[in-house]
Amino acid sequence: MTVIEADPAVPIIRVSREFRATPAALLRAHTDPDLFARWVGPDSLRTHIDHWDARTGGSYRYRSVGDGGEWAFHGCFHEIQPGRIVQTFTYEGNPDGVALETLWFDDLGDGRSRLRSQSLVDSFASRDAWLTSGMEAGLTDGHAKLERMLTDDLV
Amino acid sequence: MPSDTLSRVFAALADPTRRDMVARLSAADATANQLAEPYAMSLQAVYKHLRVLEEAGVVSRPPGRQPRAVHLEIGALDRMDDWIERYRRRAEERYERLDRVLAAMDEEPPR
Repeated sequence: MTVIEADPAVPIIRVSREFRATPAALLRAHTDPDLFARWVGPDSLRTHIDHWDARTGGSYRYRSVGDGGEWAFHGCFHEIQPGRIVQTFTYEGNPDGVALETLWFDDLGDGRSRLRSQSLVDSFASRDAWLTSGMEAGLTDGHAKLERMLTDDLV
Repeated sequence: MPSDTLSRVFAALADPTRRDMVARLSAADATANQLAEPYAMSLQAVYKHLRVLEEAGVVSRPPGRQPRAVHLEIGALDRMDDWIERYRRRAEERYERLDRVLAAMDEEPPR
């Protein structure tokens, strides 16, 4: 179950979720560009990695392409270590905005981990824009799925 | 709820005194005087907080007999929950894709 928390005192969004995987596997899924491109999503878009140097001090850029549009993102890997990634994140549609993201991979034993992430943005206004952004992409996803079901005569 | 309204609700709740007021109003309506009781601040300061909550649509003071009771507009908080729930669902979809990638990684060990 994904848990979201919007901190009322600082412009932070926290997300946490458990996975049936080791912290090492989670780290790999976040640092290997081919694996990352397979899950970052959304469903309706393809992810193109333009640049990827997942090392402390490295950087990345990728684009989500489809639906007649293209959305690009870039940032720096500030620090990568086994249990934690610290990175920056900019959506190029809002080039002055930057979020500081920290991801923790907590070992729960028995091959399970908890991924905790925290995104600090520069103002409450941009945090709230984040919370409400992607709405259209979400709806498009839903429509695309409905379309597939209609085509497959499932509805 | 448009995102500027959402921002006002978030901003209204960004203050610990106002969050405390909202928590107390969720139990029962109260007058400004009753709300002010536990705080070491002037009634005027309490009114200022109430105005912020009122402008965000979090509380209302229905017209009527004085002193007017402050009423929590639970709908405003529900709508905020709605937005967070939608965001949560998008994150969950992403993590379900990550589940599938992690499961596939078990079968194809590191190169």
